[in-house]
Amino acid sequence: MNSTILQIAQRYVRFLLIVFALLALIRGHNSPGGGFIAGLLAGLSMVMKSFAYTIDEVVKNMKISPGGLMALGLLLILVSTFPSILNGAEFMKGYWLVFNLPLLGDIKLGTPLVFDTGVFFGVIGVTRLFFFSLKLAE
Amino acid sequence: MHIILLIFFFLPLLVIGLPKRFSDYRSLLFAAVQLGTFLFLSLQLNEVISSGPITNYYAWVPELGLNLDLRLDALSLSFGLLITGIGTLVFLFGHQYMKSYDGRGRFSIYLFLFSGAMLGLVFSENMMLLFIFWELTSVLSFLLISFFHEKVEARKAAFQSLFITGFGGLSLLAGIILLGTQVDSYSISVWVEQAATIKESPYYLPGLILILLGALTKSAQFPFHFWLPGAMQAPGPVSAYLHSATMVKAGFYLLARLNPVLGETKEWIYILSLVGLTTMLIGSYMALTKKDIKSILAFTTINALGVLVLLMGIDTVASIKAALLFLFIHAFYKAALFMVAGMLEKKTGTRDITLMGGLRKKLPITFVVTTLLVLSMAGLPPMLGFLGKELIYEAKLQLPGLAGVVLVFGVISNILLVAISMLFVYRIFLGSPGQTPKNPNEKGFLLILGPVLLAFASLFFGLFPRALGSTLIESALSGIIREPIFVKLKLWHGFNDVFFLSLFTIVAGLALSYALIWQASILRAWEKLNKRLFFFSPAELFQSMIDGFVEFSDRKTNVLQHGYHRYYILTVFVFAALAIWFQVIYTWGWDPEVTFSLMPFNVSVLILVIVLATIFITLTKSRIAAIIAMGVIGYGISLIYLYYSAVDLAITQILVETLIVVMFVLVLQKLPKFARLSSRWTKIRDFLIALSFGSVMTVVAIKAIHLDFNHPISDYFVEKSYLEAFGKNVVNVILVDFRAMDTMGEVIVLVIAAMGAALLFNVKKHKA
Repeated sequence: MNSTILQIAQRYVRFLLIVFALLALIRGHNSPGGGFIAGLLAGLSMVMKSFAYTIDEVVKNMKISPGGLMALGLLLILVSTFPSILNGAEFMKGYWLVFNLPLLGDIKLGTPLVFDTGVFFGVIGVTRLFFFSLKLAE
Repeated sequence: MHIILLIFFFLPLLVIGLPKRFSDYRSLLFAAVQLGTFLFLSLQLNEVISSGPITNYYAWVPELGLNLDLRLDALSLSFGLLITGIGTLVFLFGHQYMKSYDGRGRFSIYLFLFSGAMLGLVFSENMMLLFIFWELTSVLSFLLISFFHEKVEARKAAFQSLFITGFGGLSLLAGIILLGTQVDSYSISVWVEQAATIKESPYYLPGLILILLGALTKSAQFPFHFWLPGAMQAPGPVSAYLHSATMVKAGFYLLARLNPVLGETKEWIYILSLVGLTTMLIGSYMALTKKDIKSILAFTTINALGVLVLLMGIDTVASIKAALLFLFIHAFYKAALFMVAGMLEKKTGTRDITLMGGLRKKLPITFVVTTLLVLSMAGLPPMLGFLGKELIYEAKLQLPGLAGVVLVFGVISNILLVAISMLFVYRIFLGSPGQTPKNPNEKGFLLILGPVLLAFASLFFGLFPRALGSTLIESALSGIIREPIFVKLKLWHGFNDVFFLSLFTIVAGLALSYALIWQASILRAWEKLNKRLFFFSPAELFQSMIDGFVEFSDRKTNVLQHGYHRYYILTVFVFAALAIWFQVIYTWGWDPEVTFSLMPFNVSVLILVIVLATIFITLTKSRIAAIIAMGVIGYGISLIYLYYSAVDLAITQILVETLIVVMFVLVLQKLPKFARLSSRWTKIRDFLIALSFGSVMTVVAIKAIHLDFNHPISDYFVEKSYLEAFGKNVVNVILVDFRAMDTMGEVIVLVIAAMGAALLFNVKKHKA
């Protein structure tokens, strides 16, 4: 499809989708959201783009391939297990770092967030691969 | 010792990264490592002999009884010396031999890994660990035999050997588990301590048979012997190393190791002596009429392995002493002879013995060396082989009851062996010059180095047998038989029964070879007779069995895997419905909640919408409408989630539903026009299946409400979520923390599914 309206619109909508996805990812631990949902949202943004342009253009302009995204996701999941292994604790035990920043309050960063980010990238990759496989199958 | 194994398994990985121009020197590096290990092990010799075994324990998976426990006693040490000593020579030989082949880097890595696996096998104190290394040697043997994989015979032979030894390995595992559960341990030292318990348990005989199957297949015993001649498709170094000196001895090693545990019973003695005797005879008989030099050597190896197993079966001090000594003797001359065979193949361009002849002028050194080696094989003085044969006769004389039979067959097999040895030298080096494809010469120092050293070792130890006997053999024996033993080896025993047996053997053997040499027609007639006698070979029988099995599976698969998507779904649904219905009725015992209520009002409206959408789907003729109606169902369900405050679930459902609708639309473009093809009966059938599956799901849902857990796990999650995992969103905390392992698995499954889909759609590489 080649529609100017969609092409203009998708720029802003996709931007919003990505922002929403990141928001869902970060706040996931305390409120509805999380890596899976965020990944689906971000994956949808690419689907939207492919409606506005031809699939070949989308695939050609992709910065990072679905395989790369999936690999990145699995790698992050793997990395998030390292602290527990190195400490000899139970496998995949969560570890947290707490920063007390002015204005922002307590910021907690931990291995579950790394893990969730891994899920996020993995799901984006999976969604894209499914979608492009369907689109490209001629 | 762990460090040795680490070196053997990780050095190849490091070597792979080396630049190309060094890759040809890999085998030399490996040879150096082998030599280093050999020297290191020989330095341990004194300590092991004087102060007992060295043990290194490391818990790996203690829950499964699987530990990296290594133990270096005299028996392991003697095998370790054999593996690394012959290994050094074989790697030097292989460096020269493999020069002209592609993939020689890969080859040397396999071979090196193999020697690591062999070392691990003989160092293992834990039966499970031993099994792992055992299987590793089988797999590496497969890779090495199939090195010339462009040849169909090599592939077939490799598969055959893997199948046979793999089958043996599996039964070995079963035997280990069976006996291990009797004493609740897989540690060999515990087994030895509790040998009485094992022997008295009702599982002794099945366990013994399973373990023997493992050992006997590995050591190429009748009726599994046929994989060994097939394995001669492998390059020369492999035959010299795996299929004569080390891997085929692994079965014998296992027998020796387990002799204190399983031995000295009637079953042990009868099974092993019978199998060993048969193998011994078959080996020497079949070797006589073969024309391929490697085939001849392979069958004499089978003969030697039979002798080893037979001696292990006789199970007296004298027989085991003879077996251990013979093991070394055989490794010395046979590895060297295989190297000679590889060299001849390389230099003359053929393995057919009838094409050779009169090579002594062109290959004088090889001629001398081969003669020495063959003398050892025939058991003639002053070679080490003579000593071995004397001891073997002595041992056979001692076998209670069966001594007569064993001795007669032993003498026959040895007469044949003498004749084979003489013919081997005569037909290659003496006689009239043959027509070989290539003109051989004595080039390649590394090719002849191994045979020369081993030949002189055989000669040296034959003349000064005490050097071998009093140190290594004596202490290795004490590992098998648990009492101090003094091994006195000497070349001259005096005029006793054994001496006359030897004399008779040699004279008869020489007479036989003389007759065969001067009357070539006898050999030809013999060949014809053999062809008629053995009109089917076990190898062919095996092949036809495998072919039949493959055909059977093919047919069975075609029935089950018909390729119709609708029938797959049908099978899954019908089976699942039946199974769940059975379970539900079987465990009834509860009263279903039957009170019907429309409250809360908004939920029942939602459900009404969902039901209407479902009915619409079954009736509509437009695919796009059906997809949209399915979307309605999905969104409806997510609204129900939302009503019961499962927000995360609802969001996920909505997103997934959206994606699915989009993807369905993409698929729809590619489908043909909608048409009604189902007959009335298929419709009724499908209706019934749908009804049964839907109803069973309903019942399960109703039952789920009635299940009464004392403490629902959700309480625990809610309670600990913020305290221990710092998260207020319990669902997310479960996903990324409490049950992170499950999530990890799910992501991996998703990734695999996506890759599968991409493959199914046959998408070419993205040009990103």
